[in-house]
Amino acid sequence: MQHIPGEQLHHFHGGLRLRHNKKIACRQPIADLPLSKRYVIPLSQHAGAPATSCVSVGDQVLKYQPLAENPGIPGARVHAPSSGRIEAIERHLVPLPGGPQAPCIVLQSDGRDEPLPLDPLPVDASADVLLARMDAAGIVGLGGAVFSTAAKVDGAARQNIHTLVLNGAECEPYIACDEMLMREQPERIVRGAQVLHRLLGTERVIIAIEDQMGAVKQAFDTATKDLEDFQVTRVTTIYPEGGERQLIEVLTGEQVPADGFPQDMGLLVQNVGTVAAVADAVLDGRPLIERVVTVTGPGIRQPGNVMARIGTPVRELIEACGGYREDARRLIMGGPLMGVALASDQVPVSKAFNCALVLREKDIRAPQPAMPCINCGECVRVCPAQLLPQELYWYIRSDQYDEVEALNLSACIECGCCDFICPSHIPLVDYYRYAKDELRQRAEDRTRAELAKARFDARTERLARIKAERKAAREKKKKALAQARDKQARIAAAVERSKARREQTPPDDTGSDRT
Amino acid sequence: MTRFAIGGAPHMPPQKTITGVMLQVLYALIPGIIAHWWFFGWGILFQLGLAVAAALLFEWLMLRARKQPVGLFMRDCSAPVTAVLFALCIPPLAPWWIAVVGMLFAIVIAKHLYGGLGHNLFNPAMIGYVVVLISFPREMTAWLPPQEIAEQVLSFSQTANAIFLAQIPDTLSWDAISQATPLDTIKTGIEQNRMVAEVRQAPIFGDFGGLGWEWIANWYALGGLWLLYRRVISWDVPVSMLATEIALTLPAYLIDSGTNPVPLQHVFSGAVVIGAFFIATDPVTGCASPRGKLVFGAGVAVITLVIRRWGGYPDGVAFGVLLMNMAVPLIDRYTRPRAYGYAKQDGHP
Ligand code: SF4
Ligand code: SF4
Repeated sequence: MQHIPGEQLHHFHGGLRLRHNKKIACRQPIADLPLSKRYVIPLSQHAGAPATSCVSVGDQVLKYQPLAENPGIPGARVHAPSSGRIEAIERHLVPLPGGPQAPCIVLQSDGRDEPLPLDPLPVDASADVLLARMDAAGIVGLGGAVFSTAAKVDGAARQNIHTLVLNGAECEPYIACDEMLMREQPERIVRGAQVLHRLLGTERVIIAIEDQMGAVKQAFDTATKDLEDFQVTRVTTIYPEGGERQLIEVLTGEQVPADGFPQDMGLLVQNVGTVAAVADAVLDGRPLIERVVTVTGPGIRQPGNVMARIGTPVRELIEACGGYREDARRLIMGGPLMGVALASDQVPVSKAFNCALVLREKDIRAPQPAMPCINCGECVRVCPAQLLPQELYWYIRSDQYDEVEALNLSACIECGCCDFICPSHIPLVDYYRYAKDELRQRAEDRTRAELAKARFDARTERLARIKAERKAAREKKKKALAQARDKQARIAAAVERSKARREQTPPDDTGSDRT
Repeated sequence: MTRFAIGGAPHMPPQKTITGVMLQVLYALIPGIIAHWWFFGWGILFQLGLAVAAALLFEWLMLRARKQPVGLFMRDCSAPVTAVLFALCIPPLAPWWIAVVGMLFAIVIAKHLYGGLGHNLFNPAMIGYVVVLISFPREMTAWLPPQEIAEQVLSFSQTANAIFLAQIPDTLSWDAISQATPLDTIKTGIEQNRMVAEVRQAPIFGDFGGLGWEWIANWYALGGLWLLYRRVISWDVPVSMLATEIALTLPAYLIDSGTNPVPLQHVFSGAVVIGAFFIATDPVTGCASPRGKLVFGAGVAVITLVIRRWGGYPDGVAFGVLLMNMAVPLIDRYTRPRAYGYAKQDGHP
């Protein structure tokens, strides 16, 4: 490796300089919420298969007690956010695109918040023990990927990781949960980072923050004062520099291979919130039952950040922040560019829930007819994945999916830059999501077709073989028959011949012939 | 419980509109238009009015005929941009039907018969211009001399008479008010084996290009820079076109300054500057990727110079643009950017 990551900063292609809008949520410290009466804990709030419930309706549970087990790596356990009684295990609205219902455990809290005794681990526990603990604590990537951290670190431990990158660069405007966490609890993050640092044997830890986070820089400088291997790096605030691949390019000047991960380049990227959760799980023995959520936007009366237990209805977060303004029109989980619009504030906070953003009419795009693409190339200029968004759009519209694949649609990170900049107001990201589904469908169909074909081929072959065998058998029989006939004919001929001979040569003595 | 309407991400309202982009292009042309008026008189205002009116009329008729949402597309202001660019290219005293015929070909044929906004292969303004240039060579080469050296300056009503009724004051003849453009003069001069310096003695020349022309070009450039600043256009096409223009003419000039004009003469005469900032930057008929834009601009410059030097027309920007329009699909194919993370595996580092 020639360059030390983070020594020199680079650029990624495209991106947008957007108004930050984070300050409005950073005026007060992270607030605690009062205990909720009911927590609704989704069984699927991570990448992979849903967790399998290990409690029954009516059970009394304690805070931190596992409610559902990891069905196998990668997956994640789910824990009780407080003590109480399991009221139901049923389908409930969850914060996912399309507003679906999904299996959830409903916990009626008893208000005592009685915890399970905790079991902290020593700092020098073995890697296996640490990984098992991360898994048991239900930790997933809190930056948005919600992929099992234990699985990710376990994979990384098998590779030669030299640099641990803590991603504190928040992707989108408005979202400030990581910024506030870094400001208020830098030690917790640093302690978590030390655990991973030791476990992986990395050479250095880079804490990447945005250049507009002055207070955060100070906080980390103090927290890492005596730590040689730690380095705080400020990266330029250009959306989406918080994207893992973009951040790697900024830090190293190199791109992550399309079919690979930063780990292949010797770097492991972790969101700062995730690392803080690792510290809790390992050093305090606390599983992941809460996270910082930013409640913000021009449609909220008192924007701020709250420490919300997983399963708390979003409505309670909004109320804790003064409630909606009259002109609130849209509720979004996440930011204004990639966030998911929620139809109802009854959905619970999940592990992926980083921000509840409420926008007014004038902050959201009006439904308007799209104009034709004028090929202006603005989308090409801003695309951080270096794609040709307008060509993708043409090919998707004309159903030429081979071309769409050839243009590497799979590299699209759905950041929305192209969509936002397009003067023709074409909902490009919608097209890409649709096309990705279509491609997935096609790939499935192809596999299914191949399977069917293989089966068909096998069957045809079998039939052909049977037929051939039968034919061969028939031939053999025929041949045998023919041979037999042949033999008879030959015998007959011989008989004929001898008869003829006998007739030609007169018998010398009939009597002697008989003897 | 509060319910909300949902919608897809991104949620932020878009930053730009087509109308906004087109209006800014029009604003950016205002300095050039004023300069044009200053040097060549009232003619340009009539031509602008005629061309815009004709363009809007044809646009409306075609939208109706094609059953498109008329209001939506009339508001995009793309037809007026075509009209203004066309008007700035034709002689100020061209008869009124030149603009009408030009717009007929630009809007009806080059734009709508190819599928309307966003679907046309050729730059409509340049199609209109080339059609009238080829069909009516006499009318299209009758340029006025700049007012500073003109014997008589036509008043507003005299201009109107000239354009609409083909009548000019008795004291003047058509030959006197129409004069060869600086580019014509150079071309014929060089063909007659005269030295550039000698040819440039003619009063029609200024410091770099033609008298008046160079100032109009300056004002176009100013408008162009404003468009760059506003990010309505990107730098690739203008820079590559102007740089190629200079790079190709400089060696010839250095080797033999007697028969080859100064590079800046090339840049500041004819339609190069307006072409670089306003015509070759037309998004629809150009390339979208940055590298494609560089190739496109360079191609326009090369063709322009070839036509100026060896072709049958004094200027070649319009032909350059149209020929490069044809090459766009090819350029696009070979200048595709490599997607993130695909750079090294493709085997072309
Ligand atoms: S930004 Fe929109 S109009 Fe421009 S090229 Fe891209 S898709 Fe087409
Ligand atoms: S959404 Fe996809 S295509 Fe559009 S800018 Fe982002 S990565 Fe590029």
